[in-house]
Amino acid sequence: MLNRRTFLRASSAAAGGMLVSLYIDLPARAQSPALPIYPPDAFIHVRPDGTIVIQVNRLEFGQGVQTALPMILADELDADWSHVVGELAPAADVYKDPIYQLQMTGGSISVPHSFQQYRELGAQMRAMLVATAAQSWGVMPAQCRTENSIVYGPANQSARYADLAGDAARRPVPGEVRLKTPSDFRLIGTPVRRLDSRAKCDGSLRFGMDVDLPGLKVALVARPPVYGGRVKSLNDREARGVAGVRDVFEVPIIRGGIGVAVVADTFWMAKQARDRLNIEWNLSGVEHADTSQMRTRYAELSRTTGNVAVSRGDVTVLDRIPAADRIVADFSFPYLAHTPMEPLNTTIRFDGDRAEAWVPSQFQTMDQIAIAEVLGLKPEQVTFHTEYAGGGFGRRTPLDSHVQREAAAIAKRLRGTPVKVMWTREDDVQGGYYRPMFVHHVEVGMDARGMPAAWRHVVVGQSHIIGTGPPWEGGLVKNGVDELVVEGTADSRYAIPNFHVSAHQPTINVPVAQWRSVGMTHNAFVMETLIDELAVRAKIDPIAYRLVLLRPDAKKLRNPLALLDEKTKEWRFRVPRNHAVGIACNEYHETGVACAVEVSIESSRPRIHRATVTADVGMAINPLTLEAQFQGGIVYGLSQLMANGAITFSDGRVNQRNFDGHTPPYMKDAPVEMDVHIVASTEAPTACGECPVPVISPAVVNALFRLTGKRYRMLPLATL
Amino acid sequence: MSGRKRLLIGGCAIIFVAAGRMTAGQTSRAEGLAAWQRVYSVLTHPRCINCHTATAYPQQGDDRHRHGFNVVRGQTGTGVPAFTCATCHQRVNADSTGVPGAPGWHLAPLSMQWQDLRDQIMSSGAICRVMTDRSKNHNLDGAGLLKHHEEEPLVLWAFQPGRGLDGSPRSIPPLTHAEFIAATRTWVEAGIPCPAR
Amino acid sequence: MANYTLTVNGRQTEVDVDPGTPLLWVLREHLKMTGTKYGCGIGACGACTIHVAGVAARACLLPVSLVGNRPIATIETMASDSVGRVVQDAWIATDVVQCGYCQSGQIMTAVALLKAVPKPTDAQVEQAMGGNICRCGTYVRIRQAIARAAQQLG
Repeated sequence: MLNRRTFLRASSAAAGGMLVSLYIDLPARAQSPALPIYPPDAFIHVRPDGTIVIQVNRLEFGQGVQTALPMILADELDADWSHVVGELAPAADVYKDPIYQLQMTGGSISVPHSFQQYRELGAQMRAMLVATAAQSWGVMPAQCRTENSIVYGPANQSARYADLAGDAARRPVPGEVRLKTPSDFRLIGTPVRRLDSRAKCDGSLRFGMDVDLPGLKVALVARPPVYGGRVKSLNDREARGVAGVRDVFEVPIIRGGIGVAVVADTFWMAKQARDRLNIEWNLSGVEHADTSQMRTRYAELSRTTGNVAVSRGDVTVLDRIPAADRIVADFSFPYLAHTPMEPLNTTIRFDGDRAEAWVPSQFQTMDQIAIAEVLGLKPEQVTFHTEYAGGGFGRRTPLDSHVQREAAAIAKRLRGTPVKVMWTREDDVQGGYYRPMFVHHVEVGMDARGMPAAWRHVVVGQSHIIGTGPPWEGGLVKNGVDELVVEGTADSRYAIPNFHVSAHQPTINVPVAQWRSVGMTHNAFVMETLIDELAVRAKIDPIAYRLVLLRPDAKKLRNPLALLDEKTKEWRFRVPRNHAVGIACNEYHETGVACAVEVSIESSRPRIHRATVTADVGMAINPLTLEAQFQGGIVYGLSQLMANGAITFSDGRVNQRNFDGHTPPYMKDAPVEMDVHIVASTEAPTACGECPVPVISPAVVNALFRLTGKRYRMLPLATL
Repeated sequence: MSGRKRLLIGGCAIIFVAAGRMTAGQTSRAEGLAAWQRVYSVLTHPRCINCHTATAYPQQGDDRHRHGFNVVRGQTGTGVPAFTCATCHQRVNADSTGVPGAPGWHLAPLSMQWQDLRDQIMSSGAICRVMTDRSKNHNLDGAGLLKHHEEEPLVLWAFQPGRGLDGSPRSIPPLTHAEFIAATRTWVEAGIPCPAR
Repeated sequence: MANYTLTVNGRQTEVDVDPGTPLLWVLREHLKMTGTKYGCGIGACGACTIHVAGVAARACLLPVSLVGNRPIATIETMASDSVGRVVQDAWIATDVVQCGYCQSGQIMTAVALLKAVPKPTDAQVEQAMGGNICRCGTYVRIRQAIARAAQQLG
């Protein structure tokens, strides 16, 4: 089904993490033997004024791909960077990920999968421009050179790309192009500033939420307080009485539920109307998730063996280790919402035989298919625009495209009128698709050196993959264990000889999804705090302990730990009296990260004075973006420690409503200073954005232990 | 009546008049203390005490939790530059957005704190002593305190505190403003007595 | 519905809206000025920060009926503002933004700070910016950009 070349490329790209198996299991994958040809004119437009517009085949939601991919292309093209503009490409076959053959952003694949592609595109366009100029001068292309969007001939001739572009477009695209050697890169590998910066600083950049069209209506949906609930009775008299309200009707939503859509001329009118709906909900026949009940149930499960993920050596060795040399620990982690700053939104206009959609979408192909399905159209009948998104962190990645399906159902009813379906922050906080709640039960037995000789680990929590069928389930679920539930534990790089990891994955009526760094969010916390506890008991420095315990081939962790040691030598043993240092490390998507934090306690909260972060990410495409992603991921990871950092359920209802009840890190919760250091490398670039997230929470609580003597195993960190 | 007794009665009358200054000094200390308890019941209601904190932050809600969003007192009790009380609070209640408002929304000065640093409400006697300490209360005597209760916009606000975002009215103190004034007056007439505890 | 005359970025404009409509939505949907963002609607995040009579204000909480004749300044006018322009340039030089959705509010708050306190201390910066949320976590660069802007403003 797949030719070996493409399979190998998929394997070597490897960074897929949660998505690596998608390609392998897609049953309908085309039988073509080679990767598609990408026509440069679908990606590059040179305007007469010299502006070069580059289509970006991804969603820009803060990670900087809207700059990185144009950089890569512009470098090979020898374009004048000051005239380069990036645009987010609409949904189309030509913009699909070259390896996964889906238009999508996620799993840190954007640069690894499109690096070669965008280089080739730039080189091809350059070759066509040079050939055009050379022909007009009667010289050989090899006698020409290019720089800053100008072709220069051997006899001081010169021609602007802008003037050549029209003719160049009529030439055939060269099959073979010569790419630069890395030493010739002018942009790649350098700290290039973002292309979208000014527009984001002057209010002019349009996000999905900002889309406006003639005749646009706004819709809000009243959703049942328990997932899967339905409307029993609806009294919309008062709602319809609000000026500007156009329609009120029932609409199908997730899990067989029925909600009520309100359509009005503006958001405020829709909101006033929705607040005046009198709905009696039928909440029977669906499970009412309840946090305290789940805690009890999960705790019970965690004391029994689940589906086995790893069984190495003989873990019964543990039972023969004296109690004094054993640690028994229970951890719990709450549901977490993502709360990207831009709440969810989708704008659709349905015209009967076609439709148009404006979506800050992370999965354009799948969203387009979903919208088409609901509207009774073929995907190609849906013109799908990719809008800038105000953050994602996983909230825009549910595989069921539920946001788009719901919106399409509303657009269908409003045929001919464009409608923007908006989610309020309350809808977002209560709408599900959370990082699941997890409980861990761990028993560790130490040897004479203080190293873990035996380790028995049970993880309990929902899987968002089990039950979804192909293509995801086939690739990610083995022996009944979803890899994503145990990643960070099962694949730990620590050399623990007798190691047993199992998982229970209950089915709960709470929709769950991936949250930035997925399974690492809880598994790394457990591993890195237990390792710290072992290091303390063995009286060994926490960095040194890890370097002893890590497998010798764990390069991606050894390198950053060594660099961390070097970069923190000056201060980490000399912090003030009421400060302490905490260490943690983690490997994710082939990127290794290590972190040291200096923490004190102020007003009963951890105050992080500084964080030093080191990483082995292979070659850095843009060190400025990399630093930003690492700084940002550290702050995002601190969401787990916030006092109000939990989503909880009572009788099926989410207890939190908005940022007041589910509070993310503000400036004072973030490190005051952060320095990021990248291990020098010429290896292929690996992941970036998710990788720092798992290390910060364990690093901080490891520091707190040294201040309070307490081990913090129940998140969020409500009190110290 | 003996001469000494007349002197005693006369002396007491003088003392009453001197202390009272408002009336002919008919309000007893016991009545004054009872009135004070009614005043105290208003002062310690969330609508009042939420801004009479000992800390660098106000409180909000009937459960008097720490005001969210890292709102802080600042040097003058009006917040800090670029993040003042006026950033969100207007001169009147904004019921459509659930934000209480009154002219000059701000925190009571630290000298007028009615809670301790652990957000525990001070005793009746302790608050009374703070209220009547002229080195702490902007040099107000009894008449001044009464006027403050009658006219200060933020005091008036407590009795008409507007609605929350869900449309439900905020809870109000256990007395009406008129009752509050009457109790204050009685207390003042009694010479602003404070209970021992 | 009621009629209001608003002065926005130096221009007078009339709107016919429900009195309780927050200024945020008047700006975004009636005046089509989408630079000011909706992040939470309860004043918790600061994405909707504007200046009203020179004071930083959260537009999601301000009913249009309470604006009166106080002049309104939004992110759209900061490029023409002597402090605003310097702050924007500092933001760009420091490569602060990631997704950018919170940054209109961050910049409006920072401008208000620097107009009130040209040389803020770190503590003043943290308190002034302390109520603005950035989920992308750009806080460290925000601090650096404000320091840079303060220095440029002399």
